[in-house]
Amino acid sequence: MIYEAGKYDVAVIGGGHAGCEAALAAARMGCHTLLVTMSVEYIALMPCNPSIGGPAKAQLVREIDALGGEMGINIDKSSIQMRMINTGKGPAVQALRAQADKHEYGREMIKTILGQERLDLLMAEVENIESEAGQVKFIITRTGARYECQTVVLTSGTYLKGRIIAGEVMYDGGPGNQFPAAKLADNLREMGIKLGRFKTGTPPRIDRKSVDFSKTIEQPGDEIPWRFSFISPPSRQKQLSCWLTHSTAETHRIVMDNIHRAPMFTGVIKGIGPRYCPSFEAKVVQFAHKNSHQLFIEPEGRDTDEMYVQGLNTSLPEDVQMQVLHSIPGLEKVHMIRTGYAIEYDYVIPSQAKLSLESMVVKGLFTAGQINGTSGYEEAAAQGLIAGINAALKVQNREPFILKRSEAYIGVMIDDLVTKAVDEPYRLLTSRAEYRLLLRQDNADLRLTEKGRQLGLVDDYRWSLFQAKRAALEEATRVMQRTTFTPANAEVGQYLAAKKTAPLHDRISLWELLRRPEVKINDFIERGWMPSSDSEILGQLEIQSKYEGYINKQREQVQRFERLESKKLPVDINYDEVYSLSNEALQKLKEIRPESIGQASRIAGVSPADINILWIYLEKRRN
Amino acid sequence: MINDAIAAVATPPGEGGIGIIRLSGQGSIDCISKIFVPFKEVKLTERKGFTLNLGWIIDHDGTKIDEVLLGIMRAPHSYTGEDVAEINCHGGSMPMRRCLQRCLDAGLRLAEPGEFTKRAFLNGRLDLSQAEAVIDVIRAKTDRGLKLALQQLEGKNQYINAIEDRLLRLNAMLEASLDFPEDVGDLDYEEAASILTQIQAGLDQVIEAGRRNEIYRDGIEVVICGKPNVGKSSLLNALLKKEKAIVTDIPGTTRDVVEDYINIRGIPVKIMDTAGIRLTEDFVEKMGVEKSREVMEKADLLIFILDVSAGINQEDLDIYRDIDRERLIVLVNKEDIEEKKISAAEIEVLFKGVKVIRGSVKNEMGIEELEKAVEEKILSGAVPGDGIEIMVNLRQKDALLRSRAQVVNALHTLREVPLDCLGIDIWGALETLGEISGKTLKEDVIDRIFHDFCIGK
Repeated sequence: MIYEAGKYDVAVIGGGHAGCEAALAAARMGCHTLLVTMSVEYIALMPCNPSIGGPAKAQLVREIDALGGEMGINIDKSSIQMRMINTGKGPAVQALRAQADKHEYGREMIKTILGQERLDLLMAEVENIESEAGQVKFIITRTGARYECQTVVLTSGTYLKGRIIAGEVMYDGGPGNQFPAAKLADNLREMGIKLGRFKTGTPPRIDRKSVDFSKTIEQPGDEIPWRFSFISPPSRQKQLSCWLTHSTAETHRIVMDNIHRAPMFTGVIKGIGPRYCPSFEAKVVQFAHKNSHQLFIEPEGRDTDEMYVQGLNTSLPEDVQMQVLHSIPGLEKVHMIRTGYAIEYDYVIPSQAKLSLESMVVKGLFTAGQINGTSGYEEAAAQGLIAGINAALKVQNREPFILKRSEAYIGVMIDDLVTKAVDEPYRLLTSRAEYRLLLRQDNADLRLTEKGRQLGLVDDYRWSLFQAKRAALEEATRVMQRTTFTPANAEVGQYLAAKKTAPLHDRISLWELLRRPEVKINDFIERGWMPSSDSEILGQLEIQSKYEGYINKQREQVQRFERLESKKLPVDINYDEVYSLSNEALQKLKEIRPESIGQASRIAGVSPADINILWIYLEKRRN
Repeated sequence: MINDAIAAVATPPGEGGIGIIRLSGQGSIDCISKIFVPFKEVKLTERKGFTLNLGWIIDHDGTKIDEVLLGIMRAPHSYTGEDVAEINCHGGSMPMRRCLQRCLDAGLRLAEPGEFTKRAFLNGRLDLSQAEAVIDVIRAKTDRGLKLALQQLEGKNQYINAIEDRLLRLNAMLEASLDFPEDVGDLDYEEAASILTQIQAGLDQVIEAGRRNEIYRDGIEVVICGKPNVGKSSLLNALLKKEKAIVTDIPGTTRDVVEDYINIRGIPVKIMDTAGIRLTEDFVEKMGVEKSREVMEKADLLIFILDVSAGINQEDLDIYRDIDRERLIVLVNKEDIEEKKISAAEIEVLFKGVKVIRGSVKNEMGIEELEKAVEEKILSGAVPGDGIEIMVNLRQKDALLRSRAQVVNALHTLREVPLDCLGIDIWGALETLGEISGKTLKEDVIDRIFHDFCIGK
């Protein structure tokens, strides 16, 4: 029995990190939005590691924040520890990482969702997406409710045909022992969407009370009150520590003795798992020469004794997991609360999407998050934000919002997803970004806040903070460029000598002087050479001055890159008409349908010669 | 990229009377007009199609490189259907190479193998009614062109691959320490420096091997010098094994530079005999002397002949004074004559560190030794273990040099800049090297991280 339940501009299916951002963005942009989740309690669930950020991921969170997304604000509200990683390796790769209170993270997000205007929350399982003339029209729940909607954002994570595996035990299920979504996967196949199958895994959780911390090394957070969001107040909450221990020769012996029971090696698990997050048994087998692997014991929250064993994700049988834990220093008498498991799930092959994350198969259907073959909360949230924005823009008949590889990590990720063959769960890495030095976490606001404002996602409060910061930066830069010293200046001479750096030969500005590695901006302020300012602004000035040479080098590279990106390929291009393309290129171009010559050039199998031919064809067509 | 102006040698490789360099594409005639000076007052850019123009291809500084006949064809009435210019230059590989280099300097791009044909097809100059068949033909040609290029690179592959592999390893080390700091820790600077040094040496080897091969392809210039009547012309003849220069016993008979092409152990050699350089009032001879000095300055190698029966006098020393010792081989001639006026001790003192051969041109004594010395001298500096058979074309050489520059920069800044900045050069070196094989290597770096390091949380 199906009944008409209502009408929405945008329907978001799935309440994980992607779904929350998508729903909030669409509603904030003025769309009447429905968020459907199988469990309200599990909104913004962190079924795996209790942390957010780290290399490349921190940059994503900052970008989400600058565009008016929620993840940065939400983790600032619910973190139990923050650390800056990669300090000393350069501004491009410095990354903030937070340990999260999982439960608080979810609770805060639910509050925000429920408080959002134009956004309705619904607990239900969507079984069908119906389209009319190749355009989405309805979603239908298991209980027969039919909602009419103009666009649908599908963010169903690892629930599609989810299957849990731990040793000989396996059953259909979603993460955290939720129900899987089986019918929706069949429905997608029926619509002509191609699916693949991936695998991921999670470690066992243990009881804090049974851990002997004296045998582990404490990993405290930084004393500095860091924050992800450009608008959060600095966190003053007490930080909780993580603890470092390691596997032993005994641990590895236990694994090898039971390897015949490991689904990873018996052929039970067929989905492809991520290389950056291998199961513990895979590490023992593949890196046999290493007799120890480090393991981090991380709290899952302030109000729980459950702890996460980072580095020990496994699908070994429960009894073996127990033995493995007991062979680890500090965990000899540990009590296991939850068993580790592997989960296999269907994902939508992302090359079927456009750069806007709209499906090329069904119009008005957007996909985001783990369903697109990615992994990571941050990757999911960033896609959710973009899918939500574009679903709203489509409703409003506006041009899609696409970030270039030269503008944001979000652009790098989505371009990779739709252009390259994703053959393992995709994780963003700083090494995937060509223009890393421009895409820093510290300048995400300078790169993106204005775009967020144009979209209608940046509210007046954020906008006024941003404008004040930008004005202060510009003013300070002007002051530093205008303030100059001559070699005759004795005070400066003494300062340089004290810093063991060469004396001046010519007149030099403060801006140029700051380029010297020994010179720090705070020294200028102490000596009254320039007015003081907020530490974020000073940090920004220091980076912009010290790395100016390298930054300019990357800007030049970006100019060359953008020449190819600006050559758009027409939507109606018929590749069969383009003579003398190689067969492989022809097939890939037809499948991926790149939006520009630049994107085409990044497809594996499309050679520089093919690009020339394509370009020639375009020019001829234009004439 | 579309219709951009391209240039390439259109005639088969090797020595020929005439060589043709073909230019095609938008702006090709503008480009050529920058480096071509016509004999008659004509404006190339205004010339109609199917016209021939006699003139000079000139160098940066306006000096003449070669006298050429330049054909102009206007789009669409040309082989490619685009504006085309064809330079008919002298067929030696030197003038052709220099003319081509000037074209590239003037903004033309070196054509890919088969690119003229490809353009001809795409511009509809080939019969499209038989499109399917034509595509096959063109495919075959392009593929063959590609295969030829690949063959050319075949010997190289293992060397470039070895460098590429080291660069991949280095990139993976760096990137892993940035993306997985807790698994991998900090970059091992000692190892990074050692890998960079190996990469630089590897690039040097390949560049040098390319240069050696250039020698085999383009040849060298050798000048025979010495005071009159020491046997310069006889040596030229002995090397040529035919009479070309006038050989007499009267000093100063050879009045101009006499030149010819010979083959020394597979190396094409343009060999020149100079007029005897000596102080003289004779006007004609004076011209010859000046020309000789000019030629000697430009030569890759000089053979300085002494007459053992005449001894070493001021005249010899005057010539010797002006010679660059790096490029020198000394031949002590006429060793068949009993009366020797040059002692071993004298040679030892005067030519310390210089290759000296004692022989007699007349009796063909020492000729083989001399040829061997020429080969050794020219190939010296080239790396031992000469297995590296690489043909490096201009584009590849350019990529190798740019990659090397980035490696050198990374070495210089290794401990001075943060890793993210260092990464720009280390990745740049790999990316640039990838241009040679047309590979994009970003994914390979990521693969390498997971291969080399145990990553995982």
